[in-house]
Amino acid sequence: MTLEPVPAPPPDVDGPPGGSTAAGSVAAGLAVERVAEPAAPEGFDLEAALAAAAASDLSAPAEPLPLPASARRDGPALNGLIDRMVEVYPPKVARKRRRQLRVNDPESPPEIAANTRTVPGIITQRGCCYAGCKGVVLGPIPDIVHIVHGPIGCSYYSWMTRRNQVRPGPGVANYLPYCFSTDMTEDEIIFGGEKKLAEAIREAHELLHPRAIAVFSTCPVGLIGDDVHAVARKMRKELGINVFGFSCEGYKGVSQSAGHHIANNGLFQHVVGTEEPDLPAVTTPFRINVLGEYNIGGDAFEIERVLTRCGIEVVATFSGNTNYTEIATSHTANLNVVMCHRSINYLAEMMETSYGIPWIKVNFLGAGSMAKSLRKIARYFGDADLTARVEVVIADELSQISAEKDEIRARCEGKTAMLYVGGSRAHHYQELFRDLGMPTISAGYEFAHRDDYEGREVLGDIRIDADSRNIEEIEVHPDPLNYRRRRSGAELAELAEGGLRTKDYDGMMREMPAESLIVDDISHRELEVLIEELRPDVVCSGIKDRYVIEKMGVPSKQLHNYDYGGPYAGFRGAITFYREIDRLVNAEVWRFVKPPWDGEPLASALDTTA
Amino acid sequence: MLDHTPVAVMERHALRINPAKTCQPIGALYAASGLHRCLPHSHGSQGCCSYHRSHLTRHFREPVMASSSSFTEGASVFGGASNLVQALGTIFSTYGPDVVAVHTTCLSETIGDDIPSIIARAREEGAIPDGKHVIHASTPSYSGSHVTGFAAMAAGMVNYFAEEPTSSRRRKDGRTRVNIVPGFVEPSDMREVRRIAELMNLTPTVLPDTSGVLDAPATGTYEFYPKGGVTVDELRGLGRAVATVALGPQASRAAAVAVENRCYVPREILDLPIGIAATDRFVGVLRRRAAYEVPGELLDERGQLVDLMADARQHLHGKKVAIFGDPDHVVAMAEFVADLGMRPVHILTGTPGKSFEKRVGTLLAGRSPDANVRSRGDLFLLHQWMKNDPVDLLIGTSYGKHLARAEDVPFVRYGWPILDRFGHSYFPSVGYRGGLRLMEKILDALLDRRDRDAPDEEFELIL
Repeated sequence: MTLEPVPAPPPDVDGPPGGSTAAGSVAAGLAVERVAEPAAPEGFDLEAALAAAAASDLSAPAEPLPLPASARRDGPALNGLIDRMVEVYPPKVARKRRRQLRVNDPESPPEIAANTRTVPGIITQRGCCYAGCKGVVLGPIPDIVHIVHGPIGCSYYSWMTRRNQVRPGPGVANYLPYCFSTDMTEDEIIFGGEKKLAEAIREAHELLHPRAIAVFSTCPVGLIGDDVHAVARKMRKELGINVFGFSCEGYKGVSQSAGHHIANNGLFQHVVGTEEPDLPAVTTPFRINVLGEYNIGGDAFEIERVLTRCGIEVVATFSGNTNYTEIATSHTANLNVVMCHRSINYLAEMMETSYGIPWIKVNFLGAGSMAKSLRKIARYFGDADLTARVEVVIADELSQISAEKDEIRARCEGKTAMLYVGGSRAHHYQELFRDLGMPTISAGYEFAHRDDYEGREVLGDIRIDADSRNIEEIEVHPDPLNYRRRRSGAELAELAEGGLRTKDYDGMMREMPAESLIVDDISHRELEVLIEELRPDVVCSGIKDRYVIEKMGVPSKQLHNYDYGGPYAGFRGAITFYREIDRLVNAEVWRFVKPPWDGEPLASALDTTA
Repeated sequence: MLDHTPVAVMERHALRINPAKTCQPIGALYAASGLHRCLPHSHGSQGCCSYHRSHLTRHFREPVMASSSSFTEGASVFGGASNLVQALGTIFSTYGPDVVAVHTTCLSETIGDDIPSIIARAREEGAIPDGKHVIHASTPSYSGSHVTGFAAMAAGMVNYFAEEPTSSRRRKDGRTRVNIVPGFVEPSDMREVRRIAELMNLTPTVLPDTSGVLDAPATGTYEFYPKGGVTVDELRGLGRAVATVALGPQASRAAAVAVENRCYVPREILDLPIGIAATDRFVGVLRRRAAYEVPGELLDERGQLVDLMADARQHLHGKKVAIFGDPDHVVAMAEFVADLGMRPVHILTGTPGKSFEKRVGTLLAGRSPDANVRSRGDLFLLHQWMKNDPVDLLIGTSYGKHLARAEDVPFVRYGWPILDRFGHSYFPSVGYRGGLRLMEKILDALLDRRDRDAPDEEFELIL
């Protein structure tokens, strides 16, 4: 099986780069670290590594780490714990919550209720549709002017708060330190805001001359009936640049998840496939898009560094450290790799249908899973040189971190973690803990769906409720000009047979210990009970929980903003995370929570004769 | 940094860029967290509550609790009444607060939900246990700013709880009661105005009071309702005070007016006691209301501040300053820097309201005649002003750090929010001691810059 660079190979290039590295990315803007030719560590046996890689089933779930005795609970004890978690709720609420609490069985994942409404009044981690659309998926693209149509708050809160880093490169605008809003007032609520929106777009164009302008609807916009799409169409015509809108009002769906879907639809309809790449710059067939990687704390930089060493070119990242042109030309990649399945699987599916690009699930978090993900990419391309190069890079990278990892592991092994966050991270980060020998005793997502827990095989069984039905499913057909099947059905079947399934994600539960506890959309109350009862050594969550957890004397690691650290992806990121966990679970501060005289009778303090 | 900001100022009519304000509900949430055993509740989409809790947590580095009506599309079409009734039942059962303080959002206000009638329905349906309270403030995100949201919830507390006075205004111990509305300030500031009032022989009711809530100690136990906060009983007794002192008109006037209307307690509307002159006015009012001479302890603090002003004046004189943030903060700071011999040349708030420009004009009294003063401004405009008329110092919230970097200007963090430094919730900016702290920060910023830029032969050990 060979793949051509897209759309046709330049005449002087006949294969993957065995020597020189991949050329600069399609867009001039991407800053790529100049890389040295990878060299294997001393004693590395390439033949053995290749044989081991070829024999491995890359789609098999990782074996769960067993629970340590201290964290093991039998069935009745777990049921008692669940009872305690829900006992203060009104009976109806307790019944609903029980459906979102599951005792795990990795062999046969239990059905969990997910992506259902949060009961009003319950203190939840969840945000809104707008946050998922603008805040997560679109917001990181630096050279689009993102205008939020609504009162000021929505734009303000999503301004520089997600740590999407970018190195825009020459000629690429960076508007990320800017916040744009129509700052809607009572007048627009009463008389409509379309005029003000059009004027705001005009002003943005006049001041900044951006490549594209995106418009995001907030709650009142839907209610007063402003048609942001009509305004966008009108302004596209008037200004001659791409202007497009998103109906991502906060009340849609049940969490950020609805916004991801709306963002995927909009990017697919308005940006992906709208430009053709600069052909002479395309020198390798190993061109991929990284989907669902938002470059929090620089993760994408590290991922790109390693991929580049391997000779794999990133066309576009959705949507960290990327730019408009990269996304517009992303239909020319030969493979989509999916990091955050929850937020971006829609685009992966649509791009496969429309352009013939297969997708595979990867996880770049954890040294072990990073290596496995690279092997997946190599296996997909099926090129001997690439495969060898990937093995050399893996060996080299691991050799650089292994000594320190072992040293940290000795201090952390057997300690326990809990993760309640996001729609992928609560799964992905378990791999970093696995590297340190720390089992995850309980985990859950903030806004994921059943497939993220149980695996995509349950997709057909998921009941579509009223909240999901309101989110548009766009109909996608093969693109008449640009559809090019990268791999035939037979080739994909052959890959699956050999241990690489495309279009697949097994979910969190298969990789978690038996009798660990799965909690969907955890509430504040449940978090408190779980920490009290299970006393984990570290809890991974977000900013709203951070100080609750630490007031209880348990270290907390934020996995939305990384506590302003990172990167944690890739090999260098992994070692940074190990150090972070070492810092957390072995910190000095907790010794001081109780004063030294705590529990000492006052009289003995006065007794100076002793 | 901020490379796309052009030097030439273009008047904008529709596009807000880099706001110097946010929306009302977050201010209401903050105010309600200063009510003892209260759970703030956001009547709107989940995202509002999530964003507000996140942002307040980033500033205070403390748990910030609040619940949401979690509107879905259905609620947005048919109204949020059943969501709020259900929420109240769940909240009292699950979190057991004494008070739930409901604030509205752009969504529920656009729909037109009538909160008092929904609360009445909830009570009828048994969602609110006897002896428990639900109060509310109307805080649509499309008017005012976070500052007016704070004002609305502070006034809401008064409107729901303050009773007409029935007992004597003078306490048995001879101390006089006074109400203080401290403004949208830090827990440390609320603690400090209480201390000053107590030094003046007064018994203050500080409303709201987030000290002891958002600066709670680490003890190994998490307290969902920390020990701080003004109590319902204290709010009921607001009518027994000799006066209500509102610190910062934009954040505090509404509550003081509400106390006056309900309880006939006269109001004193003052600037935030930031810097020497505004603190003098505050202490002067307390002295008059308490009929109590300013004690030596407070006079010594004042004297120390004057002493430092004299000691440091050569480093400050004539320095040009840009100040932005919340109107009450900016007004008081503009006066203070002028009193320090500096020249405030760009003075901006995002909160709408003409009184801001007027008050700045009065306090500066011609001391910075060409100053740019703007309410309803934004940081894009402020940046352009700084490009056109450079300054020696920028004072404002953490959002100023990008401007400071872009223009290479020393920067003092002051106001709300501060997202990238520590200590603000522990050390006050108000009062004479707060003045000392602010001067230390200003002098550190200016002298660090002087040291950084000095050639070796002018790099001085002693300054």
